Amino acid sequence: MTTVDYQASSRFTLLPRLNWREWLRRLGPLVGLIFVFGVFSALRPATFLGPFNLRIMLLQTAVVGTAALGMTIIIISGGIDLSVGSNVALCSVVIAYLINAGAPPVLAALGGIATGVLVGAVIGLLVSGMKLSPFIVTLGLMGVLRGTAKWVADNGVLYAPPELHLGDQWIGRLLQLDTTHWWMVIPPGVWILAVLAVLVAGLLRYTKFGRHVFAIGSNEQTARLCGVRIGLTKVLIYMVAAGLVGIAALFHYSKVSSQGDPTSALGMELDVIAAVVIGGASLTGGEGTVLGSLAGALMMTAVGNGCQKMGYPTFVQEIVTGAIIVIAAALDRLRQQKTG
Amino acid sequence: MSSSSPLIDAPSRLRMQGVCKRFGATVALAGVDLRLEPGRVLALVGENGAGKSTLMKVLSGAHRPDEGQMWLDGAPFQPRNPIDARRAGVAMIYQELSLAPHLSVAENVLLGIEPGAGPLMRWKQARRIAADAMRQLGRPDIAVDVPVSRLSIASRQLVEVARAVAVGCRVLVLDEPTSSLTRQDIRLLFDLIARLKGQGISIIYISHFLEEVKEVSDVFTVLRDGRTVGSGTTAEVPIDRIVAMMVGRDVEDLYIRSRRTPGEEVLRVEGLAGDSKPVSASLSLRRGEVLGIAGLVGAGRTELLRAIFGLAPVREGQVLVGVYVGPATPARRWSQGLGMVSEDRKAEGLALGLSVADNLTLSQLDGMGPPGFVRPSRQDAAADQWIARLGIRCRSPRQPVRALSGGNQQKVALARLLHHDVDVLLLDEPTRGIDVGSKAQIYRLIDQLATGDPTSGRKPRAVLMVSSYLPELLGVCDRIAVMCRGRLGPARRVAETSEHQIMLEATGAAEIGALPAHAAAIGVSS
Repeated sequence: MTTVDYQASSRFTLLPRLNWREWLRRLGPLVGLIFVFGVFSALRPATFLGPFNLRIMLLQTAVVGTAALGMTIIIISGGIDLSVGSNVALCSVVIAYLINAGAPPVLAALGGIATGVLVGAVIGLLVSGMKLSPFIVTLGLMGVLRGTAKWVADNGVLYAPPELHLGDQWIGRLLQLDTTHWWMVIPPGVWILAVLAVLVAGLLRYTKFGRHVFAIGSNEQTARLCGVRIGLTKVLIYMVAAGLVGIAALFHYSKVSSQGDPTSALGMELDVIAAVVIGGASLTGGEGTVLGSLAGALMMTAVGNGCQKMGYPTFVQEIVTGAIIVIAAALDRLRQQKTG
Repeated sequence: MSSSSPLIDAPSRLRMQGVCKRFGATVALAGVDLRLEPGRVLALVGENGAGKSTLMKVLSGAHRPDEGQMWLDGAPFQPRNPIDARRAGVAMIYQELSLAPHLSVAENVLLGIEPGAGPLMRWKQARRIAADAMRQLGRPDIAVDVPVSRLSIASRQLVEVARAVAVGCRVLVLDEPTSSLTRQDIRLLFDLIARLKGQGISIIYISHFLEEVKEVSDVFTVLRDGRTVGSGTTAEVPIDRIVAMMVGRDVEDLYIRSRRTPGEEVLRVEGLAGDSKPVSASLSLRRGEVLGIAGLVGAGRTELLRAIFGLAPVREGQVLVGVYVGPATPARRWSQGLGMVSEDRKAEGLALGLSVADNLTLSQLDGMGPPGFVRPSRQDAAADQWIARLGIRCRSPRQPVRALSGGNQQKVALARLLHHDVDVLLLDEPTRGIDVGSKAQIYRLIDQLATGDPTSGRKPRAVLMVSSYLPELLGVCDRIAVMCRGRLGPARRVAETSEHQIMLEATGAAEIGALPAHAAAIGVSS
């Protein structure tokens, strides 16, 4: 047994070696997304497919999409976070509070993100230290964070004072198109989401942390046997994910015309979880992709937007979105049966 | 194969002829013939992997045979699923009991066949049926209203039997029924079997304990490599003849033990005690030797390895790795040059959903890129090396481990230790449930690791190996220590011990002076 020279024997591969089933798993959500786009484009070619509407859909996806990046990591590790909606509300109220207290926007934004990270640390410590199930911990935090948000906002809504002219500052324009620079094409917030998506995908695929996330989700016992520091990794998972929720809250704050409303983002966690599940992740852990989750989030936006363009009442949108979740899960199950 | 027809005048209770079952390229059953008369007990024996569990799954309707036929009381028997088989009168009792612990005895007995008026459960009738079944089993003392979780293991097993009896079973299959019973409970089980026989129920009794087989069965059938290789009347055939049928090959050839020269001490355990097991264990392991730990299931061998590796708490005593003493975690043990292969490949040893490359490199991802980073292509390259060297059969390093055969999965689990380049290998049942070919390869690998290779400057490693299969330990190890009820005995050189001596120590008979039935176990349950 001589030492192995991995450097010499590693091949240059542009694409990972995968079989067709694996490709189906990765591209399935994209195919679904293209299908949804195709249907509405055929029905309403003028209004749905136009560049203006595409931009609208992208910025409508920014909040859920960013939070879904974090949820993807959590769900791959076999966990869940039900407190995302409440956390978005809390972080955006903290941002509003800091802005209203006269803090510069950068500091306010960092304060919001730090709040998210702190919440993630609490979840992670409770899950790994107390050995509580993440479902229970985050179900409890759902109420705790929502209540805290209302407390910080003094049981009202924190409106930005008009003299600050937030609409002219970057924090108020994250989800608006910058028309002064022709090359911007899409709003800055969507660019940030794209960069974050690449970073998270890289984190999952090209780092030790990422491989450990998959290992814990696939079989925690095996990860323990192999010396993975499970507790530490879990705390990091929830901190990274909640940090992304903090960034999502920043977009949310910007989107709701710079106000901190503690009753907003109600039930958003379900949209976020749905996006990840439509994207091919397994709630039992070990599977999931960033690209899939983003496709899932976009698909839900497209359905909502398309139904609106068709003039359907909102209940149609709700029924279709719900059906897509079940269909996605059913297709995934069929694929797995073929494999096993 | 199916040309002969069942006997018309005296149909057997159960008859199987030429039953074959393949899974992809793996042949699990290659022609099984079996015959069981009413009110008789048939012992089904064979080594691990001989096809017993597949055969039982075919019988219970979980698998459908590719070829061959089955008859139940002369009528063709082709169960489409387990419920079908149960309705036809074939009931299974597996090693792991399948009871709902929160429900009462009566509810468990009648699960799925609840007597009712429409959607409502007829509680009175349910309790009466359950009580009748208990009386039929000679245990009217077990109250049918208590939750099953409050019963002992032996009584729970009885509830399972009652469940079978309540639906009027004709064939009852008991899979390793005594593996978790005390000697007293085994006695009661045998009484129960005699009682069921008296009621005309036929029983298939699967066990590794040949003494038990001798005592309880009327006839036996031996399976090897998926086919029937012998059968007869139990009383007329001596045990060693049955063993010869089971093994069927010259076992000496399988094992390799090169000349080894033990080096420095690499692992020392002093007076180690865990939460409940081990009670007390001391050992010393040197580079260039294979130390085996024998003992019965439940003696505390797995717990010992887990405590050494930091997977289970240490209450007393200490573990020295080289000069290091102190608290242990698996992460620390890996960095100290220890690696462990778990006895439970599916639940712990491997992440079945992950790829071969991910499983193989999980403990050692350093050097696969800049610090903290991992390049998947290098993981694949590392895996490719071991796939080639150990002859792991898989399509690519990206293939999920789930798709591999048991033997190849086990090689992946072992390859993890080689990839990590550990000095001390803790192997818990390294050949459990794998085919003979893979076993031979693993024995050769253990030998190579312990012997080292002076030409390439490869230092010998140290191997600590737990196994329930004595011929394997005797064939591979340099020294063997026996564990009994949590206490580890002194390690003896293989030349100075014997299967008989080890069994005496394992059953505690060496101290008491008596030889219980378990002493004749030739390979303990999996």
